[in-house]
Amino acid sequence: MKSVKVYGPGCKRCEATEAMVREAATRLGVEVEVEKVTDAKSIAMAGVMSTPGVSVDGKLVHAGGLPDAAKLDGWLTA
Amino acid sequence: MTIETHQPPAGREAPDWLWYIGVPVAGVVLWLVYGQLIPFSEWATGLFPVERDSHTGEAIAFFLYDVPKVLLLLTGIVFITGVLRSWFSPEKTRAILAGKREIWGYPLAALLGVLTPFCSCSSVPLFIGFVSAGIPLGVTFSFLIAGPLVGPVGLGLLYALVGWKIATIYLVFGFSIATVAGYVLGRMRLERYLQDWVREMNAGPVGDLPEERLTLVDRLKVGMEQVREIVGKVWIWVLVGIGIGAAIHGYVPEAMMLKIMGGEAWWSVPAAVVVGVPMYTNAAGVIPIVEALLGKGAALGTTLAFMMSVIALSLPEMVILKQVLSYRLIAIFIAVVSAGILATGFLFNAIL
Repeated sequence: MKSVKVYGPGCKRCEATEAMVREAATRLGVEVEVEKVTDAKSIAMAGVMSTPGVSVDGKLVHAGGLPDAAKLDGWLTA
Repeated sequence: MTIETHQPPAGREAPDWLWYIGVPVAGVVLWLVYGQLIPFSEWATGLFPVERDSHTGEAIAFFLYDVPKVLLLLTGIVFITGVLRSWFSPEKTRAILAGKREIWGYPLAALLGVLTPFCSCSSVPLFIGFVSAGIPLGVTFSFLIAGPLVGPVGLGLLYALVGWKIATIYLVFGFSIATVAGYVLGRMRLERYLQDWVREMNAGPVGDLPEERLTLVDRLKVGMEQVREIVGKVWIWVLVGIGIGAAIHGYVPEAMMLKIMGGEAWWSVPAAVVVGVPMYTNAAGVIPIVEALLGKGAALGTTLAFMMSVIALSLPEMVILKQVLSYRLIAIFIAVVSAGILATGFLFNAIL
């Protein structure tokens, strides 16, 4: 079970990122728990300055723009 | 990595060579189309059952010429900007600015504000990220003001629609306002007017991302992505702006424009700022209006003040910043930036 957090105030790209994570997890058969972090304070605390940001099991792996699909698969299977 | 991860989910990844050929070809096509806009707009205007030199005819011609022109330019500028900005990121900018307490931290922040990709939706985390990394508040403001105020979209459109002289003036003064306003705000020691939780937040853990190595094709993709996103979002503002510009171009008599926005009316500069602040649009939407205003004889200083206040100060942005700034700090911020805009407006009305 991986814990994935998507950081973003709720812009379009943040929602798209969340959808990408869920889609990739289903496709790869990885069990994930996706949490959306929308509060500005928590986003900043995580060290994210450009949204959307993505962390996997507490480790920040991406910030700014949609993540690359191939890389996303890599984070989920690592 | 398994074989599956190499299969892109959508299955529509273009090979690299297609990018190397496609981008220059698209550029040439856009350029050729751009050259045919006047005959096209005149032909299209002729389809309407109105006299070409009537008020309505003038307005329609303005609209039909400006819409494809602005959209083409917007596409080109956003693409080039997207590619160039792929060399910059808020994280890199923060590393450059952190610890720059010297006086040239302000112009440097303003310059990076123009080059760093960030959208207004992430301005709060960005603000906190900067301040918590020890970047002075004034330097952070220089960065935040310059980003929208002297953005490449605004400058590029101004250059193409109004001319290089006014675009240069705008660049120099927009940049100066961002630098000086940041400096003034920095000297006022406003840290105490931040929201409590921002002040108490100790330097947050810096998001330590591995440096991404992008190929040229990756950067071209970034540019394309930007075009899809920004042009897809902004086109409606462009149509509204050009609609207003067309109405001014076709129907507003020059004598009336001179009275309201001419250089004689000193109050027109503050009035332009007061009207401009609540207006929410972006550079691409406001420049067709600027084009029409200047064409009708509006004074340059007044028009610049209007344009700058629309772009630099917007109410939705203030609402976003309210999360980190107190009302008092927002008021001071608006006052300082407005003062810079007013000064620019009065200066140009006086010397021209």
